[in-house]
Amino acid sequence: MKTKITGRVWKYGDDVNTDVIFPGKYTYSITNPEEMAQHALEDLDPTFVEQVRPGDIIVAGKNWGCGSSREQAVVCLKELGVGAIVARSFARIYFRNAINYALPIVSCDAVDGVAAGQEITIDFERGVVATSAGTYTFEPMPPEVMGILEAGGLIPYVRKQLGIVDAL
Amino acid sequence: MGYTFAEKVLAHKSGLAHVKAGQIVVVKPDKLLTHDNTAAISQKFKQVGVQKVADPMMHVVVLDHVVPAANATYATNHKIIREFVAEQGIPAFYDIGEGICHQVLPEKGHAWPGAVIVGSDSHTTTHGAFGAFAAGIGRTEAAAIMATGTIWLRVPESLKIIVEGKLPDRVAPKDLILYIIGLLRADGADYCSVEFTGSTIREMSVAGRMVLSNMAAEMGAKNAVVEADAVTRAWLKGRVQHAYEEVHADPDAVYARVVTVDAYDILPQVAQPHTVDNVAPITDVAGTKIDQALIGTCTNGRLEDLAAAANILRGKHIAKGVRLLVLPASRAILLQAMEQGVIRDLVQAGATLLNPGCGPCLGAHEGCMAPGEVTISTANRNFKGRMGSKEAAIYLGSPATVAASALKGMIADPREVA
Repeated sequence: MKTKITGRVWKYGDDVNTDVIFPGKYTYSITNPEEMAQHALEDLDPTFVEQVRPGDIIVAGKNWGCGSSREQAVVCLKELGVGAIVARSFARIYFRNAINYALPIVSCDAVDGVAAGQEITIDFERGVVATSAGTYTFEPMPPEVMGILEAGGLIPYVRKQLGIVDAL
Repeated sequence: MGYTFAEKVLAHKSGLAHVKAGQIVVVKPDKLLTHDNTAAISQKFKQVGVQKVADPMMHVVVLDHVVPAANATYATNHKIIREFVAEQGIPAFYDIGEGICHQVLPEKGHAWPGAVIVGSDSHTTTHGAFGAFAAGIGRTEAAAIMATGTIWLRVPESLKIIVEGKLPDRVAPKDLILYIIGLLRADGADYCSVEFTGSTIREMSVAGRMVLSNMAAEMGAKNAVVEADAVTRAWLKGRVQHAYEEVHADPDAVYARVVTVDAYDILPQVAQPHTVDNVAPITDVAGTKIDQALIGTCTNGRLEDLAAAANILRGKHIAKGVRLLVLPASRAILLQAMEQGVIRDLVQAGATLLNPGCGPCLGAHEGCMAPGEVTISTANRNFKGRMGSKEAAIYLGSPATVAASALKGMIADPREVA
C-alpha cells in the first residue's frame, strides 16, 4: 500500500447508498468486475464512468455506502482504479468491504474544502488530507485493520494467516 | 459500572472477562447466513485455498433473492450453490420456496438469545429480535469465515431506544420504526448496537420486533437487539432444540445515547423517495397516486402483516389501474395465511400472489417498475432505481397503509378506511 497518494476529486453528497453505487438489479446477473465497473454510480452520476481516471479520489459527505451489503459497490470502483474514498463517515459494512478489497478509505471532513476536479493528497502515515483550502486530519486505522490493507485485502490476509503460500 | 448487551455477548464469545466499546475482538460466530450470493462467496472461498469449510454446522444457506430463477444466469447461480452445499456437507440448506432468509433462519431454529449471527446481507440485524447479536457483512468476509471459522468485530457503542405506551389503532411497528429513522436519520445509529426497550416493545409480538430490528439497518446499526423475554421464549419453543443462555444488558450499562419515544403520539408514517429517512406522517402524503402496491419482504411479510392488509381489503376490491403484489415471507406463513383465509381475502380483493421470496424488492424480477411509475411498499428500502427504473418512485409504509392505498389508488390513511 502506498503511503501517500495524489488524485483528482469527484465530489458527492451525504448518504450515497449502494443501490446508486451499483444497482441491485445487476447483483446476480453481472459477475465480471470489468462489467461491474461499467455500471459504477450509474443512477447517481452517469458522467463518472465515462470520465473517471485511475488514481481519482472520491470525496463525499456522511454515511457513504449505506444500504445493501453488496461488495460490488466496492469492486466496481476498485476496478476503475479509484485511488481512495474520503468521506465524512462510512456505513459500517461498506467500511469493512473496502478494507477487505484493500481500497483505502479515510474518514474526515475534506468534503468541506474541495471542489470537483481539484487535486488532493492523502498522507496515510501522517493522517492528513491536503486540499487547496487547507488540511484535514484523520485517525489512523487500528493495527488489525492495517494488517488486512497491507496484505492487499482479506483473502491474501487469510491465506497468510493460514500459512497458504502458493500462488493464487 | 455495567456493560451493554453487545459488550457482554462479545466478551463471552471472545473468551474475555469483559470488553469495552472500541475494542477489536475475534469471535467464532454461531451462525453464518448466506443466500443467493453463496455462489460468489464459494468462489472467493476457493481462492483462499482450503478445501473444506471450517464448520459446516455454522452455515445457513437460503435461496431467496431471485427465486425461482428468472433466467439461465440465475439458474446457474443456484446450481453452483446446490453443488457447493452438497460438496461441503452443509445440512442447513433451504432451497427456493422455503422463504426469505431472515424469516427462514429463525423459523428453522438457527437464532436464539445470546447467539452471534453474521450474514452476507445487510438486514441480518433482523435476528436481534430474538436477543441475538446479529450483523451484516460482505461476501469476502463470509468467505473468510468459511475458511477460518472466525471474524474480527469492533465492539460497538450502544444506543438505547426506549418506547413507552400503546401504539394507536392501525399504527404498526413499521410506523414506529419509520418515525424513529426519521428522527435519527440514515446515519443515526452508524456502527452502533441498538437496544430496543420499554413497555411498547415488551408488549410487541415477535413479528413486530423483527420489523424494528430489520429496519434498524436503515439507520446504520450494526445490530439491533430486543431483550429476550417470555414472548421470545414462547416463540422459540419447539424451534430451538438446544439450551441457550440469555444475555441482558446491565442496568448500569453505559450508552452513547438514549432516546425516548412516546408510542401514543405516533401517526402512520411514510418514507418518501428516495431515502428511508425522508419520513413524513401519512397526512402529508395522502392523495399521491400509485401504480403498484407491495405487501411482503423481510420487513413485513409475516402473518400479522398479511392479516392487517386482509382486514382492510376483505370483501372489497383494489382500485382500477393498481397492481397489488403479495409475497408471504415463508412457506410456513403462506400455509398459515391460507388456513386462516387471509390469502383468499387478498386474492379476491385483486391481489397477485407471488411465491415466498424477496420478489421485486431488489429490482431483479416479479414486479419491477417502468419510468414514471409509483409503488408503495412494505419493504425497507426506497433508493433510486431499486425496483427497476431510476425514474420510478418508491414510498414505504406499513401493511395497513399499503392495503388502504391499494384500495384507494392513492396513498391513503389506514385509519380512514373501514
